[in-house]
Amino acid sequence: MTILILADHDGHSLNDATARAVSAARYMGDAIHILVAGENVGPVAQAAAHVSGVDKVLVADDPTLAHLLAEPVAELLIELSKDYTAVIAAATSIGKDILPRVAARRDVMQVSDITRVIAADTFERPIYAGNAIETVKSSDAFKVVTIRSSAFDASPQTTTAAPEENISLPSKAWKAHFVSEELTKSERPELTSARIVISGGRGLGSAQAFQTVLTPLAERLHAAIGASRAAVDAGYAPNDLQVGQTGKIVAPELYLAIGISGAIQHLAGMKDSKVIVAINKDPDAPIFNVADFGLVGDLFTVVPELVNILG
Amino acid sequence: MKKILVPIKMVLDANMRPRVKTDGSGIDLSGMKLSINPFCEIAVEEAVRLKEKGLAEEIIVISIGTAKAQDVLRQAMAMGADRARLIETDQPIEPLTAAKLIRFVAEEEKPDLIILGKQAVDDDCNQTGQMLAALLDWPQATFASALKMEADTLHVTREVDGGHQTLAMPLPAVVTTDLRLNEPRHCSLPNIMKARKKALDITPVSVCGVNIETRLNVLNVKSPEPRKPGRRVADANELVTELRTAGVI
Ligand SMILES: Cc1cc2nc3c(=O)[nH]c(=O)nc-3n(C[C@H](O)[C@H](O)[C@H](O)COP(=O)(O)OP(=O)(O)OC[C@H]3O[C@@H](n4cnc5c(N)ncnc54)[C@H](O)[C@@H]3O)c2cc1C
Repeated sequence: MTILILADHDGHSLNDATARAVSAARYMGDAIHILVAGENVGPVAQAAAHVSGVDKVLVADDPTLAHLLAEPVAELLIELSKDYTAVIAAATSIGKDILPRVAARRDVMQVSDITRVIAADTFERPIYAGNAIETVKSSDAFKVVTIRSSAFDASPQTTTAAPEENISLPSKAWKAHFVSEELTKSERPELTSARIVISGGRGLGSAQAFQTVLTPLAERLHAAIGASRAAVDAGYAPNDLQVGQTGKIVAPELYLAIGISGAIQHLAGMKDSKVIVAINKDPDAPIFNVADFGLVGDLFTVVPELVNILG
Repeated sequence: MKKILVPIKMVLDANMRPRVKTDGSGIDLSGMKLSINPFCEIAVEEAVRLKEKGLAEEIIVISIGTAKAQDVLRQAMAMGADRARLIETDQPIEPLTAAKLIRFVAEEEKPDLIILGKQAVDDDCNQTGQMLAALLDWPQATFASALKMEADTLHVTREVDGGHQTLAMPLPAVVTTDLRLNEPRHCSLPNIMKARKKALDITPVSVCGVNIETRLNVLNVKSPEPRKPGRRVADANELVTELRTAGVI
């Protein structure tokens, strides 16, 4: 009953979502191996080796794997998968891209975005933008599962490192090639692992206001910044800040929704936050239905007031 | 390219609130408005735009489902698809099965490009496109927010967790759409009328040679735990006091 986890990383550091996947995997099997694929991924492999619960790290270091493109990584996982009972990954843009390829080639039905492990073959997962939770039991002998990171705590760091083993990539002509990437640079903490998230919506009215109103508050609270789809579509915020059914799923200690109406697709990405605050000038905005603390008011006065009080 | 295949799914309209059946067996769709999945609509729109730019000759839409799914196929043809195929079944179809059925059609139609939604807003699985690409051994570009042809090479910009990534690939390929790829057009009445005359071919699922038995057994569907009711605060001062008391700041 050994589980193989695909590590999520950006080439330099291990994404905390991987340590959360390790927590989920502990309910599914008795040994856990992590595959770190990429180019010059020594430091990432080291980090993976120090996640508690990890028994072995497989390292596939190859220029072809540099951007974790679906074809080569899936091929590698398919080859390795024969020695495992399950392949799992965090439901990040990397995990979501790659794992269904593995599932199809192994002829198993993937279980996507699980929020709870009930047994090694039985899982809970949200459907309909989180408006319902289904419990599914997989009849496939081999399992392919993606994990909703916000539903699991990260497995802690240990001082003793798990052993590493180098493996090589099957040689094949890959069809898709990496051309370029534009990654958003931000001073703010990472959205999906931050303790406090401040999200802005269409109510901010402009890209400039999005920055000048939200950033001082985020700095006071050491918070990450998120956005509604309407704010991203309008160009107030970059796409990687979108929270919701089709964006990122977050569950911080504190979530502030500012100038966000509370459409179900937005709620899908944040309603498991511990404490929710809504600031909106419309007293009937649906966001108030999920807010622990609701403040009816103009965000352009309320937010600067908050900044003042927090000093 | 000659042909684009666009698989589409009919789902509970994204503006409807799903009702969980009291016996825990699923979602009650009776009397509810069903529509084309928003991501599929974006896929149809993108195919039509490629054709309008002279980059494609024919667009075939395909859906898997009951006779009712003809509605979304007609809508796609009103948007500009040339003909439609329905793989008819009244059984629930999982993404893996959908991918196999679409492969069956792709092997008949031999498209150069398959564009489909990244996820359906009912089961939220986000799997079918990737599975299809794997079964066909084609390259894939998921979560597309921009698409262009450069000579014979397809360039796709993808929305990824850190920002954007651009990939290049030869055809045939599979692309899955994200929300910001385009804004689908509204169908004009003349186009809706014209769509009624376009060919819609129905194939019973039984002739596709695909075992449609489900692999995931749904044991229960329930409503999520409701949140504790919250309360209104009068001003910023009271909010900060409450948050300090709650220990979150
Ligand atoms: C398939 C699909 C997927 C989707 N996925 C997502 C997703 O992942 N994430 C997401 O967020 N949305 C998603 N949406 C969109 C969603 O349905 C809503 O359209 C969107 O969340 C609305 O964003 P908003 O709340 O910022 O804008 P609006 O709904 O326009 O709300 C703006 C709010 O700001 C308030 N406001 C305005 N001015 C002020 C002021 N000065 N002070 C205080 N309050 C003010 C208004 O009262 C209003 O409540 C999706 C939709 C579809 C169909």
